[in-house]
Amino acid sequence: MHNKTIAELSRGLQQRHFSSLELTELFLNRIEEHNEKLNAFITVTAELAWEQAKQADLRLSSGQSNALTGIPIAQKDIFCTQGVRTSCGSKMLDNFTSPYNATVVERFNQVGAVMLGKLNMDEFAMGSSNETSYYGPVKNPWDVGTVPGGSSGGSAAAVASRIVPGATGTDTGGSIRQPAAFCGITGLKPTYGLVSRWGMIAFASSLDQGGPMARTAEDCALMLQTMAGFDEKDSTSVNRPVEDFSATLNERLAGLKIGLPKEFFGEGLDPEIATLIHEAVADYVKLGATVKEISLPNMNLSAPAYYVVAPAECSSNLARFDGVRYGYRCQNPKDLHDLYTRSRGEGFGAEVKRRILIGTYVLSAGYYDAYYLKAQKIRRLISDDFKRAFQEVDVIMGPTSPSVAFRFGEKSADPIAMYLSDIYTIALNLAGLPGMSIPVGFSKNLPVGMQIIGNYFSESRLLNVAHQYQLVTDWHHKAPAQFV
Amino acid sequence: MSLSTKEVNKIAWLGRIAIDDDKIEAYAHDLSGILDFVEQMSALDTSSVLPMAHPMDQAQRLRADQVTEDNQRELFQDNAPSVEAGLFLVPKVIE
Repeated sequence: MHNKTIAELSRGLQQRHFSSLELTELFLNRIEEHNEKLNAFITVTAELAWEQAKQADLRLSSGQSNALTGIPIAQKDIFCTQGVRTSCGSKMLDNFTSPYNATVVERFNQVGAVMLGKLNMDEFAMGSSNETSYYGPVKNPWDVGTVPGGSSGGSAAAVASRIVPGATGTDTGGSIRQPAAFCGITGLKPTYGLVSRWGMIAFASSLDQGGPMARTAEDCALMLQTMAGFDEKDSTSVNRPVEDFSATLNERLAGLKIGLPKEFFGEGLDPEIATLIHEAVADYVKLGATVKEISLPNMNLSAPAYYVVAPAECSSNLARFDGVRYGYRCQNPKDLHDLYTRSRGEGFGAEVKRRILIGTYVLSAGYYDAYYLKAQKIRRLISDDFKRAFQEVDVIMGPTSPSVAFRFGEKSADPIAMYLSDIYTIALNLAGLPGMSIPVGFSKNLPVGMQIIGNYFSESRLLNVAHQYQLVTDWHHKAPAQFV
Repeated sequence: MSLSTKEVNKIAWLGRIAIDDDKIEAYAHDLSGILDFVEQMSALDTSSVLPMAHPMDQAQRLRADQVTEDNQRELFQDNAPSVEAGLFLVPKVIE
């Protein structure tokens, strides 16, 4: 049963083959059995889940249900959940109980989904390996000696190990796609502005975007349907009608134009991953697609621009953690300055402090033009590169990450080496474009993800493209041996 | 780009982050490395490029100046480290 997809579970619930209470019990038992090995959950909300499952069963029997009614899911611990600890993976918020729900959480509640708990993550979503979490690293279910990726590593590991059927993630520079690739699942980072950021603890506001993580594109479509849509409370939310993301899943791909950016296949890419991507692209050709090489000439500047924009916005957003209104406060502060600096010095981990310091530096007097403004100009150039590309092709494909999951400690001492793990994903955040990662095979017994990039608001097309591949391949059904 | 320990101390003061003295050197090293990395940007002439703030170049929405939220001070202060009579307590600022 736990190997079923959300779509399959949903059909079972609608036809009353089993109840939401039974499903909830099954997955809570799996969490109980496996979470210790994985450390995917920070908080399990069993009581709340029972209550929501009971309500969902009532809705299911009265016929007032949605595709997600009664489906157990889990939230990345960056989404505020009323009455439940919302830690963001940080000591700073270890004692924080959110007084309200994020819009995304509220929307899952409205359709009657069941929340099993809050998932582990890199502290304040700053990391690519989950090693920066205050609650300890999440383990990759395919090999517990390797990282699950980050920052949505708890979400990816939980879905891959079948202890939840679907989870939310957030993606500022690759935090949905890279862990999806490392754990062999399907993840979608939507167009900036499609999913509300309200109640999603802010890291870099012009880049952050929530999205679904599940085993299949079909499941991601169901989850995105609930998550997407205009929200007055998010000032950058885009006001446009939400389409039916499942409606076009079955469209054929004949005539699909795929672009392969030469910059995605250069130095630094594991050759085995390059081979698997080319094999997946060949499968698309069999489905009727055509392929052409394209160029995104400013790709090489996306990581440098990102490591100005993201830390700058982070230093501004994280100024709110002052030890006064909520969050961690140091012991016996001798004056107000001591209270601020020690609360923040003790409450934040090393990577978060590094980024706040870089951000503070690049925004300090006299440096704004040289760093932040320059980076915003490079964003424009990167975005223009994509615009040109999308005049010629429908989707762009390439690797999600240059390597498979690496070992704990392998990159944690070298910030730049860690940053380069997201080299193919961050350009999309800078441009605001949507992208997916889907499993396309294995290298060194670890999953490999392929990234599919689309034009603004082309989520339906991306999901369709991913779904058609998943109809003719079975990489997305492979489960790590320990968790079958 | 190499940051001195003095500069790191200044940034840490601006960002209100206490750093142990024995870690300043390591931060100086890491931060200098990151600044070297982002320095690649300067190779490109961007004098005629318009900076990008929102992918759809969307402007900030405005709303009517009306009260939309209830006062929930007590609820919000449940999370505060120290409160008294509805006020947030901090160490004495004025002697």
